[in-house]
Amino acid sequence: MGKMNNNLVQIADGIKFIPGASAIVAPLNKLINWGRAGSIWPATFGLACCAIEMMVAGSSTNDLDRFGIIFRASPRQADCLILAGTITKKMAPVVRRVFDQMPEPRYVLAMGSCACTGGIFDTYAVVQGADEFLPVDVYIPGCPPRPEALLEGLIKLQEKIMQEQGRWSNLV
Amino acid sequence: MEQLGIAEQLREKFPGSILEIITHRGQVTLLVDRKDIFAICQVLKTDHQMNHLNCLCGVDNLKRTAAHLERFEVVYQFYSIDNRTSLRIKAQIPESDPSIDSITSLWTGANWLERETYDLLGIVFNNHPKLERILTAEDWEGYPLRKDYALRGDKEWKGLEELREKAIRLRQYDFYGAQTEQE
Repeated sequence: MGKMNNNLVQIADGIKFIPGASAIVAPLNKLINWGRAGSIWPATFGLACCAIEMMVAGSSTNDLDRFGIIFRASPRQADCLILAGTITKKMAPVVRRVFDQMPEPRYVLAMGSCACTGGIFDTYAVVQGADEFLPVDVYIPGCPPRPEALLEGLIKLQEKIMQEQGRWSNLV
Repeated sequence: MEQLGIAEQLREKFPGSILEIITHRGQVTLLVDRKDIFAICQVLKTDHQMNHLNCLCGVDNLKRTAAHLERFEVVYQFYSIDNRTSLRIKAQIPESDPSIDSITSLWTGANWLERETYDLLGIVFNNHPKLERILTAEDWEGYPLRKDYALRGDKEWKGLEELREKAIRLRQYDFYGAQTEQE
């Protein structure tokens, strides 16, 4: 028995794989966080020029798929909303509706100066930061941020998900 | 120059309406009174084959001073694809009654351009088929492209205020929001 325990393969922090039994041993919290962090599915949703950089981040050069990040064309199947671009006041209720259609757990990434603060558009028509009406998890600065910066933001989101405690039951 | 010829013909036809003929770098501009704008456009389209409306936009002359200039003007850019001539018309519109006849029945492409001018400058186009806001929200107050409109607006759009309230109200359905409610 002692010999078998030595064969456990650590595949992530606190998550161990038993080779012969094709089973995983881990605290439930870590297991769920690990699964979520490895399958962030953002909604295909672009607002302005940042969306072009988001598309490049999804292309083969940067390859988001290796993080388990796959763009979903429906907010019902997505659990991450990347706000890529300027949020005008007329668009804001639509953005909120997309977020409202997403099931828990859901995360919001503000990509670029405009989504973070309104950016250069300190005017009557533009929302001064997505956090006025959405709970933003990660802010990515830049105008627009390079695809690498978006990758960094998504990795930051993964780290944040790994730190969560019991976001799967109110009993925990 | 063919453009000047058209301008002179128009001056003969509408003596009271053509205020000024301006030539600048080979481009001819007509300053006109708004009352005959539809008739002038009709003559341009039928007699001078101006079959293409390049652009239609509004101008706020609040900070400009020159002869014949009123508070607003609507600028029409016409082009004749057959004759390869173009002409610019600036119709003067007073602040007291910002309105002008629509030319959508002559060039269908004017429809959205006139709506945009109405939306951003508040110039009313008479006989327009559907004069509604096109860029800003339907219940927007004020005309943002007027020079006396504050850059950040005079007051917040009520749609955004409703959205902020909604965001607070819906917080209880978020996972963490629901947790704090229980405590």
